[in-house]
Amino acid sequence: MSTIPNTHGSAHDDHGHHGHGDHAKYPFLQHHFETPAHQFDSAKLGMWLFLATEVLFFGGLFVAYAVLRTRFPEVFSYASHYLNTLMGGVNTCVLILSSLTMAMAVRFAQTNKKNAMLICLVLTFMGAVGFMVIKYFEYTHKIHEHLVWGKTFYVPPHTEEGEAEKLVLSTAPPPPPATLTVANPAAPAVPTLAATPPVEASAIKPASAAPAGLATAREMAKAEHLPVASDDPAMAHPTLHLADPKMPANTHLFFAIYYCMTGLHGIHVLAGMVMLAWLIWRGARGDFSSNYFTPVDVGGLYWHIVDLVWIFLFPLFYLIH
Amino acid sequence: MAHANTQSNDAHGDHPLVGHLVPMWLLMLIGTTLLVLTVITVAVRYIDVGEFNMVIALGVAVVKATLVALFFMHLRWDRPFNLLTFVASMAFVILMMAFCLMDTAQYRPLQFTGNPPEVESTLQANAPGAPVARFKPYTP
Repeated sequence: MSTIPNTHGSAHDDHGHHGHGDHAKYPFLQHHFETPAHQFDSAKLGMWLFLATEVLFFGGLFVAYAVLRTRFPEVFSYASHYLNTLMGGVNTCVLILSSLTMAMAVRFAQTNKKNAMLICLVLTFMGAVGFMVIKYFEYTHKIHEHLVWGKTFYVPPHTEEGEAEKLVLSTAPPPPPATLTVANPAAPAVPTLAATPPVEASAIKPASAAPAGLATAREMAKAEHLPVASDDPAMAHPTLHLADPKMPANTHLFFAIYYCMTGLHGIHVLAGMVMLAWLIWRGARGDFSSNYFTPVDVGGLYWHIVDLVWIFLFPLFYLIH
Repeated sequence: MAHANTQSNDAHGDHPLVGHLVPMWLLMLIGTTLLVLTVITVAVRYIDVGEFNMVIALGVAVVKATLVALFFMHLRWDRPFNLLTFVASMAFVILMMAFCLMDTAQYRPLQFTGNPPEVESTLQANAPGAPVARFKPYTP
């Protein structure tokens, strides 16, 4: 490493004299590094290698996304409308702003501005909290609507316990019991066919019973000021996906890959919050200065890559025309 | 090579011991640009330009990612090997994606069209007219 000049004489002079030179001057300098620059560059290289594995980690899911999307393009352009672009857009801005405050925290650490650094780290942490809160509202809404992966996607949402079985007509095989427990009794009952008397549903043949029942349900929903299917064909039935004959087959696949990718990203945000809390604790203790800010710097790199992944997830899921 | 990282003199005032100090105005400029690009990419969604919608959305995402990597992540001033590590990981993801996508052209056609048979009754009840499963045996 001849390109790294020693800050305190030549490296060779220090051999065999522990406690001299850089090591005496910089308490944070580990004994197996010669200079602070040596230690800093090693830490950064290690972090970048870790980030490369992160890129490959997410890369596998991006490949799965690409394969699914080329196989079922109609599913993606249809199901994207069930995602809330406003919430996704706000989350994008929240992450960008938290990335900015993280970069500012690194700068303040480099310039010995301890309080400003702590404020920026706390702001970054608040951004992470805000992101997860918005994500929580998105997820719970979708789970209530049964906009999920697998068989539950095809079980009508918002049915009371016991009523769901009547809804699925007498000729139908009973839905898996595990999915029935998902239905939340406390949720506002957006009337689906469950609102129609069970006698009708079981007495009349499915094909003829459904249109009348559906119309009733929509009228009732309007009367109760509940969200009803929009007349905009692009936003057809945003709350009642099962009531939409235009729903392409295999639409649940969109939500499978959606939860995989945003879920893995969410886990990274949670890990980032732990990392930020640790940085705040060490920063408050006074560990960081213009001489030593490596944890803030490499922690910032991790936080930026979380932002970077979201920058791609947002258009791929929320912005499909 | 006059590299910022190699100038490891003592930290005087505003100069860190190691690493590169990004000016505050540049951080603000990059942050603002990223927010503006986000607004643009959302706006483009509501304009129909056919195939180009996805090209524009991904193009904006690539520009945003580049800005974050170069300035927020200091790659603009960092050791080139870190940049190489990052770019190489991206290149391998693109390589994997290219081969997987080439392979999708070789898949058998789906033998079932429409929604799966298990959900047929639910769809019949709620959405008459929804596509139900049809079995199309594969003939090579």
